Amino acid sequence: MTLADMEEGSNAVVVRIKGDSAIKRRLMDMGITRGAVIKVERYAPLYDPIAIKVKGYSLALRVAEGQMIEVEMAK
Amino acid sequence: MKRPEYKIAVVGNPNSGKTCLFNGLTGASQHVGNYPGVTVEFVSGESDFHGETVVITDLPGIYSMTAYSQEEIVSRDHILLQRPDLILNVVDASNLERNLYLTAQLVELNIPMVIALNMIDVADRKGIAIDCAVLSSIIGAEAVPTIASRKQGFDELKNACIRTIRAKKLPHPTEFPHELESVLPELEKAISGMKAIAGDPPARWTALKLLEDDQLVLEVVRQDNQWENISKALQKAKHQIEQHSHEDSPTAVAESRHAFAAGVIYTATQMSENARLMLSDRLDRFVCNRFLGPIILCAVVYSLFIFVFQISREINWIPLFNGARTSPTGLLELFFAGLNRFAGNVIELPWLKSLVCDGIISGVGSVMSFVPLIFFMFLFISALEDSGYIARVAFIMDRLLKTFGLQGKSILAMLISGGLGAGGCAVPGVMAARTLREEKDRLITILVAPFMNCGAKMPVYAMLIAAFFASAQGAMMFLLWMISWAFALGSAWVLRKTIIRGEQTPFVMELPVYHLPTLNGVLIDTWNRTYMYIKKAATVILAVNLILWALMYYPRYDVSPLEDSVKTAGNLFTSHTQSTPYAAIFTADELEKTVAFLKNHPIQIKKSVEGLPKTRQNFALELESYKRGDKVVNEAVAKAYVAYQEKITVLNNQAAQQQLRHSFAGMAGTFLTPVTSLAGFDWKENIALVGGLAAKEVVLGTLGTAYAMGESSEGDSSSISQRLAEDPGWGRARAFAMLVFVMAYAPCLVTLVTIKKETGKWRWAIFSAVYSTVLAFIAAVLIYQIGSIF
Repeated sequence: MTLADMEEGSNAVVVRIKGDSAIKRRLMDMGITRGAVIKVERYAPLYDPIAIKVKGYSLALRVAEGQMIEVEMAK
Repeated sequence: MKRPEYKIAVVGNPNSGKTCLFNGLTGASQHVGNYPGVTVEFVSGESDFHGETVVITDLPGIYSMTAYSQEEIVSRDHILLQRPDLILNVVDASNLERNLYLTAQLVELNIPMVIALNMIDVADRKGIAIDCAVLSSIIGAEAVPTIASRKQGFDELKNACIRTIRAKKLPHPTEFPHELESVLPELEKAISGMKAIAGDPPARWTALKLLEDDQLVLEVVRQDNQWENISKALQKAKHQIEQHSHEDSPTAVAESRHAFAAGVIYTATQMSENARLMLSDRLDRFVCNRFLGPIILCAVVYSLFIFVFQISREINWIPLFNGARTSPTGLLELFFAGLNRFAGNVIELPWLKSLVCDGIISGVGSVMSFVPLIFFMFLFISALEDSGYIARVAFIMDRLLKTFGLQGKSILAMLISGGLGAGGCAVPGVMAARTLREEKDRLITILVAPFMNCGAKMPVYAMLIAAFFASAQGAMMFLLWMISWAFALGSAWVLRKTIIRGEQTPFVMELPVYHLPTLNGVLIDTWNRTYMYIKKAATVILAVNLILWALMYYPRYDVSPLEDSVKTAGNLFTSHTQSTPYAAIFTADELEKTVAFLKNHPIQIKKSVEGLPKTRQNFALELESYKRGDKVVNEAVAKAYVAYQEKITVLNNQAAQQQLRHSFAGMAGTFLTPVTSLAGFDWKENIALVGGLAAKEVVLGTLGTAYAMGESSEGDSSSISQRLAEDPGWGRARAFAMLVFVMAYAPCLVTLVTIKKETGKWRWAIFSAVYSTVLAFIAAVLIYQIGSIF
């Protein structure tokens, strides 16, 4: 599953980032790398973008970017 | 001899309190600059660090040192080419892990470094305890806890900076995992054979950049005659890394840096178990809430408007000497009006008088009258930006605007430009687009924001609506508001599909922790922006204003028949006053002086005067009473005087009209008529619209002159309104076409100059003027042609 499939309030671990190098690099620079724990805080009023918590800070990204981030639900 | 200055570069993540710390260190001794060719600004300032003079440069906030964004390239080039004596890395202590990712890249540059652990109080509240000594020893740079907003820790920070600079103490290079470290030596060896690249960075840095697929570094290295060697070593290294980490080399490098940051966190910090839920997160539950969020957004934007426009324009809160009060904008307008009157009285030569009054003073005045608006707008926006709310606005609005090729943060520029339909100004609007980091999104926002209904378009709307749509004023304003948004969003959509094509930039944006903006920081930021506006706008605008003035003033048209009529009227009036007490002030010689006196000094009583001045004063009093409708002794004279004044006003207006019609601008207006008549405009509208290029306020005034109504001012549009309503050549179709054209055609000169400044290229300013005029014209023609059928 991808980050964009996650429910509000759920946690997951990043498995892989798909996509071209520029976007991938941008996401990695913001702390979204393999093994990072992500919590979906909330979706925006129109269900896009998504606000997440990663490495202790809040980040907003669009659903399109979220779909590039493969995650595994945390136990 | 002057002692050597030390150069310090302040580098850090956005929202790390970097600029706040910089402001605290340098105070007001700052100047804003631009790097050539890019719109990224940098500010530098001087400071005294315990007896040493240092020049501090505040580089743009960045998350990483790749070559993907302008900010990152600018920062990188600055450090490599300027070789500062010290990098002051400002780190958000409450968000240490992500901030250290940048630190890991800074240490590779082999420049002495000091770390400011800023917002240490927030970290504390979050339950994070940082061991500075451990952190310092791992990174090889002194780490000093600071709270920049309260100037805490500054003394120790200054000491650490001077100590580090004097000792030339370099940070430790980040140690990477084995699979990376094992390939680096061979690659570094291949690189050391090549010519130095600009700034002479360490070979390890270049090696890492090559592994990261950094396009800028690759380009340079490819030019070198050692490229073949390096390329071979690079391919081999990449292959090895992929074998080990099952990821490409850029990913492996990025992951290694994050691993380093995580390692530092693990060793040097402790998280307390009972960390409270941050106030910021609790606030976000309301501010970003699906239902409450948009409502709060509307409330904030609405109050922004009320605040900014009321305080700068509407509310008269500045006391004047005579006991009256005015607004800051009003004060400037009064000042320039006074200056104009003064210059008009002093200068004799007609052309020089017109040049100084209409060309220079009105030109500078029109620019300066925007200053209060810009100042207060930026005051509010800086505060909002500082607080972290702008990021939430973008979060809430993004989806809606994405549909049209814009993004969340665009909304701010649109609203400031007049998106609420109740006044606004495209100049601060275009400047507000600066908060957009994505280049293309920003450009489109800048190009469509001027479609909004700014305050200067309002007088024209008011005049035309009053004349032709008096029964549906509210509905018309609403319709115009809708049309302006349709134009803006529609063109954004088209621009995104055509000229400014390209995949939408990924929207990945930090939602920073809320904090109270500092007054000092907000004021400095506001002043810097306002000053840049004054400086740049005033020079270019003055020049273009002079050209426009010359176009309307030359060539001189012979209006002597009208001047003769003025004389005749004067003689006629004088003859009526012969046997009255006022004969002396209305002789052929004295008439002009008396008229000037009555215009400039209405009923000013000075007891000491004798002779002619005394008589003038008496007449002024009597005239005033007569105008009020009171019974006066010399009613015949007063009545004749009023009639005489009316007569010469009409004559002067006719002279102005004739002059305007036969000026270069008038000729252009006439020349354009075959085309513009498609939209229902004749030379009079054309010339007013050309004049409106300088500032949209001018449209109404010029229209007044062209219709020989005199320069009707904003407050007095009823006469021209009535005149047009009675004109058989005017109808609703023509009025509506004119309304839409005024809304959409080329942004005013001030806006165009701002667009040039913000995009860095005249090309975009010209493009903006051309495409909006074409669009406006097509719309106006359609409206007029279709409207004329009914």
